[in-house]
Amino acid sequence: MNDKRCDNFGSFSDKTRRAWYRLSKNKLSVVGFVGVVVIVLAAIFAPFIAPYPTHAGKVVDFLNANQPPSLAHLCGTDPMGRDVFSRIIFALRSTLLMGVVVLSISVPFGTTMGLIAGYFQGSLIDSLITRLTDIFLAVPPLILALSVAALLKPNLMNAMLAITITWWTWYARLAYGMAVTLNREYYVRSAQLLGASWMHIIFKEMLPNCLSPILTKMTLDMGIVIMTAAALSFVGLGEQPPTPALGTMISDGAKYMPTQWWLTVFPALAIMIIVLSFNLLGDGFRDLFSTEEKQ
Amino acid sequence: MDIPILKLSMLKKYFPYKKGSFVKAVDGVSLEIFRGETLGLVGESGSGKSTVAYTIVGMYEPTKGQILYNDQDISSLYKFRSNEIKGKIRIVFQDPNSSLNPRRTIRQILFTPLKLHKNDRYKGFPASPEALLEEVGLSSIYAYRFSRSLSGGERQLVAIAHAIATNPDLVLLDEPTSALDVSIQAKVINRLMDLQNRYKLSYLFITHDLSLMRNVAHRVAIMYLGKICEIARTKEFFEKPLHPYTQMLLSSIPVVTDEEEQLKPKKITSRGEIPSPVNIPPGCSFHLRCPFATDQCKKLDPDMKELEAHHYVRCHLY
Ligand SMILES: Nc1ncnc2c1ncn2[C@@H]1O[C@H](COP(=O)(O)OP(=O)(O)O)[C@@H](O)[C@H]1O
Ligand code: SF4
Ligand SMILES: [Mg+2]
Repeated sequence: MNDKRCDNFGSFSDKTRRAWYRLSKNKLSVVGFVGVVVIVLAAIFAPFIAPYPTHAGKVVDFLNANQPPSLAHLCGTDPMGRDVFSRIIFALRSTLLMGVVVLSISVPFGTTMGLIAGYFQGSLIDSLITRLTDIFLAVPPLILALSVAALLKPNLMNAMLAITITWWTWYARLAYGMAVTLNREYYVRSAQLLGASWMHIIFKEMLPNCLSPILTKMTLDMGIVIMTAAALSFVGLGEQPPTPALGTMISDGAKYMPTQWWLTVFPALAIMIIVLSFNLLGDGFRDLFSTEEKQ
Repeated sequence: MDIPILKLSMLKKYFPYKKGSFVKAVDGVSLEIFRGETLGLVGESGSGKSTVAYTIVGMYEPTKGQILYNDQDISSLYKFRSNEIKGKIRIVFQDPNSSLNPRRTIRQILFTPLKLHKNDRYKGFPASPEALLEEVGLSSIYAYRFSRSLSGGERQLVAIAHAIATNPDLVLLDEPTSALDVSIQAKVINRLMDLQNRYKLSYLFITHDLSLMRNVAHRVAIMYLGKICEIARTKEFFEKPLHPYTQMLLSSIPVVTDEEEQLKPKKITSRGEIPSPVNIPPGCSFHLRCPFATDQCKKLDPDMKELEAHHYVRCHLY
């Protein structure tokens, strides 16, 4: 009816630009965004950034053992003479990998389960999925992950598996609530009346309307998954030596506290910065999506 | 007349309410809709109009009664209906903001019915989202937009395009223009009538705005508390309304011409408000508000009578 209106209105690139503008107005989320980018780049380019790339492995240099922080060793060295800063940079890799793998399995799986249960609300499949998530959610995730990891051989794979098993349920819960609300929307009813399959309704009608809260939760969760991973490696259930893991570095360093404080403090600081960056970015997303909703 | 496209006989839809009582949203509706015809279904808010439409498309299962499509019984939930029936009876919801998915482009929205009902369309029927948009008078540029960037009238036109995409026989229009500005209403209605002529569509046009029906409907049915009070051809309906409730409604609508003014029944003052469908009064459900109510009306529910050809009234006065 009104063809004169700007054609670009509501187009994708326009929307991203506006979203970025609003996100950038919140200083803290910019800090989070920059932090996340720096962390990811550091993990990817670790061999080029770490001053002593070989120290990520089984290197022994007793001459330089237990050095306090200096210009040569920004975060000092450990009892084997390895550069702590280099090891932290390399530890980012398994840490981020952990988060990415855990979330990229548990989020699609949990979301799908939640949407199915919510769409078939009141059916047998709903009670099955809901029971299952209730059981998982009744146990604190760290305890559950610890027991799963303890049952299996301790390595990075199994630590990821353990966290994934506990994590999907949160997304199932989130998606369930959204599906129940979306069931009442007329576009969902309209698709049903047309004869659309449940797959079409769940993935094409419902899922696109769930993406914003899921993305927000993913970003906020990245930090928590990383902490859980660190906790697992702290008790020796994660990545095995000599590959560096932040949790292992802290637990190993704790024996030398307080004299060789740098062995614990710097890896702990690294975890804090990672978690904080993802949380700030996640908060930014949340604000962004909630203002978008209001418009 | 030939056989109706759709026939409702004593259709009832009760919703469970507190402690074994029911909301009698639809309480014995019988009507017929013929090919190419617009039947106006008019009633105050809460009289059960939407429930009639939702039951016809199978969103609700009838509590009692029958829905016949081309003489075939389809009184079941949509899940149990054939895909062909789903494409032949379509609905346009009242609120176009909720009937269009905000996260899908207009193209994706319109593509769904086209894809699901490929075989139900004849050759030459619009077969692409762009062609459908042009069919309802919108530019095909709109295909790549989201509904959010469209005006209310444009959204409703997209919803109409979505409904006709399956090449239906019958479209149920649930107050299709009541959420729109008056200036846009006429545009949307003209487009609907245009589509009706082109594709021989039958409409069940639901509205609470009786004056709208004068130029749109071939026949008008008046609904009150889940029941039909009167059905007549539009001309007769406005010239010779028989049911006291119809007269009350007609006496309160604005008129345009002197001729219409003369036809308008004398002001009938109604008493009270529409009762709740949980507690429908015994006898004639209108008796609490009817100025002509007698003792008989309080006890006995009147039957539908055909007083003249195609003019049905449900009232003890006749
Ligand atoms: N799903 C439902 N459950 C319970 N009561 C309902 C439901 N849908 C409608 N009703 C009730 O049925 C009556 C008729 O509603 P409706 O068909 O929407 O009327 P109208 O469209 O004429 O305004 C109202 O009293 C309404 O509260
Ligand atoms: S039956 Fe009686 S109460 Fe009902 S409309 Fe007719 S006159 Fe009025
Ligand atoms: Mg209604």
